[in-house]
Amino acid sequence: MAAALLIDFGSTYTKLRAVDLDAAEVLGAGQGPSTVESDVTIGLEAGLADLEARLGGLPEFRYRLAASSAAGGLRMATVGLVKELTGEAARQAALGAGAKLVGTFAYELTGGDVAEIEALAPDILLLAGGTDGGNKEVILANGALLADAALDCPVIVAGNRNAAAEVERRLAEAGKTAIMAENVMPEFGELNIEPARAAIRQVFIDRIVHAKGIDKAAGSFDRVLMPTPAAVLEGARLLSQGTEGRDGLGPLLVIDVGGATTDVHSISSGASTRDDVVVQGLPEPLVKRTVEGDLGMRINAAATVEAAGVDRVAADAGLEPEKVTELVGRLVGEIERLPETPDEAALDRALARAAVRLAAARHAGTVKTVHTPTGPVQVQRGKDLTEVAAVIGTGGVLVHGADAGSVLEAACADAVDPLSLRPRAPRLLIDRDYLLFACGLLAEVEPQAAFDLARGGLDGDREEVAGERQSIA
Amino acid sequence: MTAAEAAGGSPHRTLITGVIGSDTHIVGTRILSMGLEKAGYKVVALGALTPAEEFVKAAIETDADAIMISSLYGQGELDCRGFRDLCVEAGIGGVLIYVGGNLVVGKQSWAEVEQRYLDMGFDRAFPPDTRLDGVLVALAADFSTRGQVEKEVG
Repeated sequence: MAAALLIDFGSTYTKLRAVDLDAAEVLGAGQGPSTVESDVTIGLEAGLADLEARLGGLPEFRYRLAASSAAGGLRMATVGLVKELTGEAARQAALGAGAKLVGTFAYELTGGDVAEIEALAPDILLLAGGTDGGNKEVILANGALLADAALDCPVIVAGNRNAAAEVERRLAEAGKTAIMAENVMPEFGELNIEPARAAIRQVFIDRIVHAKGIDKAAGSFDRVLMPTPAAVLEGARLLSQGTEGRDGLGPLLVIDVGGATTDVHSISSGASTRDDVVVQGLPEPLVKRTVEGDLGMRINAAATVEAAGVDRVAADAGLEPEKVTELVGRLVGEIERLPETPDEAALDRALARAAVRLAAARHAGTVKTVHTPTGPVQVQRGKDLTEVAAVIGTGGVLVHGADAGSVLEAACADAVDPLSLRPRAPRLLIDRDYLLFACGLLAEVEPQAAFDLARGGLDGDREEVAGERQSIA
Repeated sequence: MTAAEAAGGSPHRTLITGVIGSDTHIVGTRILSMGLEKAGYKVVALGALTPAEEFVKAAIETDADAIMISSLYGQGELDCRGFRDLCVEAGIGGVLIYVGGNLVVGKQSWAEVEQRYLDMGFDRAFPPDTRLDGVLVALAADFSTRGQVEKEVG
């Protein structure tokens, strides 16, 4: 039997999955605490011991691959020129690389901006600005400011190619590590974020893994390949697109509701499914990740209620608004709390539904009617996700909470919000064993086994979910 | 040598084209964009239904030399009001701005219409029957008198 060990150095736990590559089956899971802040090996050894106890011995692993979101994750700041253009392209490159965005900046940096970047001390800074042959002044000015700033992190330069070499030289002269990547927007309105994503990932492998102390446990695994969100994204891409001899599921959405944030990944061109709309705004990347920093189950429980409206959450939970406010107040203070009473369970489900609904709506595009003298015109902005084939839930709430199907269903189109281009009739699936990250890692070396494993780890389909929904009602 | 070549288009000159406001008439701007490109300019075509702010944002990012606004539905005056101020506000106040099309409702004297648009801060306004050659000649003349420096001062 050929086996693989997949590791997620998370912010709370070190999670292990042992898989049988021949049978494409999970052999077992192990878990230890996250000990990156002190010594990463402690948590990993605890996880391995846990795994060993469950399996009754550890197999020989052909691959031992890891992802990491520990020590704050891959903390990145981005700088662009126009906020909605190269600013947005840089943001999408960083999010797509699995980073946690700690700051986004646009236009010429001010002294205050530079001080803020210094205080944020990101792991990587991505500097963009100007189309090729376009504006040079701003990226040159920002490059010079960053060169003189008290900043240790590598700077990835992915802006106007006519200014990039000069920016790199200026940064290097000041002793900064500058890495060149292709422009994130070489032509106006053309998104080119893959090279910057690849550069971010390389810097992560070459430097950040060491800087965060994860390589202390290097003897226990082969490689740390990417930040955990990037591994989830790769797993989603594999499931959507398939691999040699395996048909993918087609365009899909992955939603991960956490305690602090809600991540949405879409693998979909987002092209309009109608022929009567005009599409405006930036083109959308096929593989897109958004992170909602105000939608979460615990730290951001109050913010989620605020965003959704307390009355709507209360109605969904079947509780009085005052009760919701009281319970939420408690959750924010006890981030490890699991629901104990029926009221708490109902609130958790309503919170999750609110987070899923809002995060999916923010990720999806919209279509609006613009009235012109020649008649109404439908204008689309963002991705049209109406034809998405599957919505996959991953992460603690969706995997461990009850009624996962009804929570996921909140991602779908609803009559209340007809302008939102959310999935109309997708299959609703749950990443039962938290395997997407593992399959994203494994996709690098054994794509077919990774696909079968990911596919086999998905639970539920629409019929089951509909049944579940009825039983709730 | 064609009229276009004589007009001296250069790939180092970036021009933004588009139809402003809630105007869906895309044919004029498309012909204009193709003609400008053929003349050798680098053209960033924003197409129909383009809000004023998007012209400005595109011009900043691409370091555009000129913005060529089309308006065919008679409401250009409302859509174009304050456009120069928007550019000044965004730090590209010196950019060359042209406007052309059916710029007003009803029959009005072109001299008056033109003056109104010039007063709004447009460098040139073109009536509905304008030929491409006329635009190319105007661009060449304006670029040669302005030079590269002015736009950066903006």
